[in-house]
Amino acid sequence: MNFDFSDDQKFLKDQANKFLTERCETTVPRGILEGDAPYDKKLWQAIVEMGWTGVTIPEEYGGLGLGYLELCVIAEELGRSLAPVPFSSSVYLATEALLVAGTDDQKKKYLPKLASGELIGTFALAEGAKVPLPKTIVTKLSGGKISGTKLPVPDGDVADFAIVAAVTDSSGSESSVALSIVDLTGKGVKRASVGTIDPTRSHAAVTFDNADAEALGDSDAGWALTRRVFDRAAVLFSFEQVGGADRCLEMAKDYAMGRYAFGRQIASFQAIKHKLADMYIKNQLGRSNAYYGAWALSTDAPELPIAAAGARISASEAYDYASKELIQTHGGIGFTWEMDCHLFLRRAKLLSLCLGGPRGWKDRLVSALERRNAA
Amino acid sequence: MDFNDSPEEAAFRAEVKNWLASNATLRTEGSDDPYAGMSEKELLKLAREWQSKKANARFAQITWPEEFGGRGGTPIQSVIYGQEEAKYAVPRGFFEIGLGMCVPTMMAFASKEQLERYVSPALHGEEIWCQLFSEPSAGSDVAGLKTRCVKDGDDWILNGQKVWTSGAHFSDFGIIVARSDPKARKHKGLTFFFIDMKAPGVEVRPIKQISGASNFNEVYFTDVRIPDSQRLGEVGEGWKVALTTLMHERLAIGGGSGGVDLRELMSLAQSMELEDGPAMANAAVREKIADWYVRAKGLQYTRYRTLTALSKGEIPGPESSIGKVVSAPKLQEIASFGMEIEDMGGILTDPDLAPLDAAMQQSYFWAPGIRIAGGTDEILRNIIAERVLGLPGDIRVDKDKPYDELPSGH
Repeated sequence: MNFDFSDDQKFLKDQANKFLTERCETTVPRGILEGDAPYDKKLWQAIVEMGWTGVTIPEEYGGLGLGYLELCVIAEELGRSLAPVPFSSSVYLATEALLVAGTDDQKKKYLPKLASGELIGTFALAEGAKVPLPKTIVTKLSGGKISGTKLPVPDGDVADFAIVAAVTDSSGSESSVALSIVDLTGKGVKRASVGTIDPTRSHAAVTFDNADAEALGDSDAGWALTRRVFDRAAVLFSFEQVGGADRCLEMAKDYAMGRYAFGRQIASFQAIKHKLADMYIKNQLGRSNAYYGAWALSTDAPELPIAAAGARISASEAYDYASKELIQTHGGIGFTWEMDCHLFLRRAKLLSLCLGGPRGWKDRLVSALERRNAA
Repeated sequence: MDFNDSPEEAAFRAEVKNWLASNATLRTEGSDDPYAGMSEKELLKLAREWQSKKANARFAQITWPEEFGGRGGTPIQSVIYGQEEAKYAVPRGFFEIGLGMCVPTMMAFASKEQLERYVSPALHGEEIWCQLFSEPSAGSDVAGLKTRCVKDGDDWILNGQKVWTSGAHFSDFGIIVARSDPKARKHKGLTFFFIDMKAPGVEVRPIKQISGASNFNEVYFTDVRIPDSQRLGEVGEGWKVALTTLMHERLAIGGGSGGVDLRELMSLAQSMELEDGPAMANAAVREKIADWYVRAKGLQYTRYRTLTALSKGEIPGPESSIGKVVSAPKLQEIASFGMEIEDMGGILTDPDLAPLDAAMQQSYFWAPGIRIAGGTDEILRNIIAERVLGLPGDIRVDKDKPYDELPSGH
């Protein structure tokens, strides 16, 4: 039994922690929240120089060729520090989509530039406030041209290209969904930043009007590929969530230890102690489920869909609870703009919705369990 | 990351498998429990035989030193043995408290002669031990206990009552903590002994639980004589000894809480029809299954992390403390929801009439006890808050006063 990260991976995590503690204090995401820049370019540049954007990209395509466990420990630290950079869009989504579905030529074309930070990629699925499904997607692909509006697209305002899910007919069947690579700086693409619950991570509305689309994967495999990429990304996001949730617990503890009411530390009241104990319990369950996801991702195990859903549901619940109760533990001051608590409340909800919310993942998890039990 | 044994672990597992294969019968999926319907007396006889076999092969207490009949093994070897034994139909549930808590306390405080006398019979299942701590007015706050011991020459005279004593009715010996000095501060006036459960003045009565069944006892002591030689630790230092016992309780890696789990709930949902079709297709049912699944798996993978630490020879981290506080309420919720799926018929308790032989109903009346036994949900949260997170202890009004000046209610 070796259900833990290796010493090398722990060392990498430590390094990432030191780096981000120094370079990404909460003043950094707050700067993005309060300013006009879509992301922190200095931090992004430094992250690229550390090689993190190429961790899982094979060396032949210009990456470091390390494994997913290495990427997981980095993700946890990025989540902890609320890093306001397009890392998840470019690495968990665009890079993964290319690794999963790209031809050798496409990998050669895009992966070295994703690793070097020369290109930022993203994944465009949502079309407003509805569940994106084969039967609800309107964006249309026809004759190598794509038309429609994707909203919200993570980092859609800063990415150079997007993997776009579109339908090739109006049958509503899974086989009607195709993935394309679309140059977001090219002809027929308009994009505008949109306001979201978490402005420390930039989002855009992207409208395609007969824009050139380069096929990614088979034209009838887009939906299956999307689910595959999202399963993989779910594991990586779960580490960001666990990192953020642990930080919330630490902040809540620090505040409760230093705040006095009724003549004593509020951390000595059972109402607060039990709340923090519940945070700890949920965080541990989230972490353990995330570890299992990491194992499944790193070994390409057939259990990945179940493991990814479990990690996502459990880590979403942990971060949701921790970020809410972080504010509650602070009392009135936690509700103010000046305190950092709301940065975590924002990020927690963003992360729990960014690949589709827990409701849909729970349904898919049970479907996967039914399939496994029937087998 | 992998779930494989190290070469040493694999070699040990092979040895265990080999021994079990030639000494026990494999449990087969779906077959009837071979011990169902057997009386406790018959079961105990079989359990003693099995325990003796295990002890002779030095598998009974693997981590104990060789001089006490163990093999000086590692905690992970103990876990491996447990995993393999679980695949076999063998009688369990009689010796765990004695060997897991009582005898280790003896090892820390009893004399060499006493250990020579008591350890081996306990290990071989010839003598059974129980633990006598809780009292009607001292549960979570066990140091508030009332049972009195008074020195009389070379003996002590014991009077009082203990409660929730598992196995007292078939136990030969017990470990007990009692109040020797009511004028001293609460934790300072306690003294610890081991006692003969067959001694005059010891009366064991079964407790009728909310289900109507009796799995525990209350034990009354009327002028019971205990030789001073059976005292463990110094007079007035009984709390220290009790903490040793409780530490061993926490070292045991908890499994589940017993009772129904997702397997039963899913099998129920697959067989029931609701307003909108099969229960398994109902969104509310599916959401709950998913929630409980990730909690159950979260605990299982947390245990894997604990085992990993043990496997590396490290002390497990504090994450192992979350087991029961998650599994016990989950059991209660699953049982309650299962009955809700059974709808108007959910009130039936006859195994011939209720689905799954009334497993949901039985767990419904078992779960409230599991949330209390071995540390209530609330005490476990305090433990996590104070020992894991390092939050301050509660402000105590009982610490510096003599015990007999403390207010007492029920």
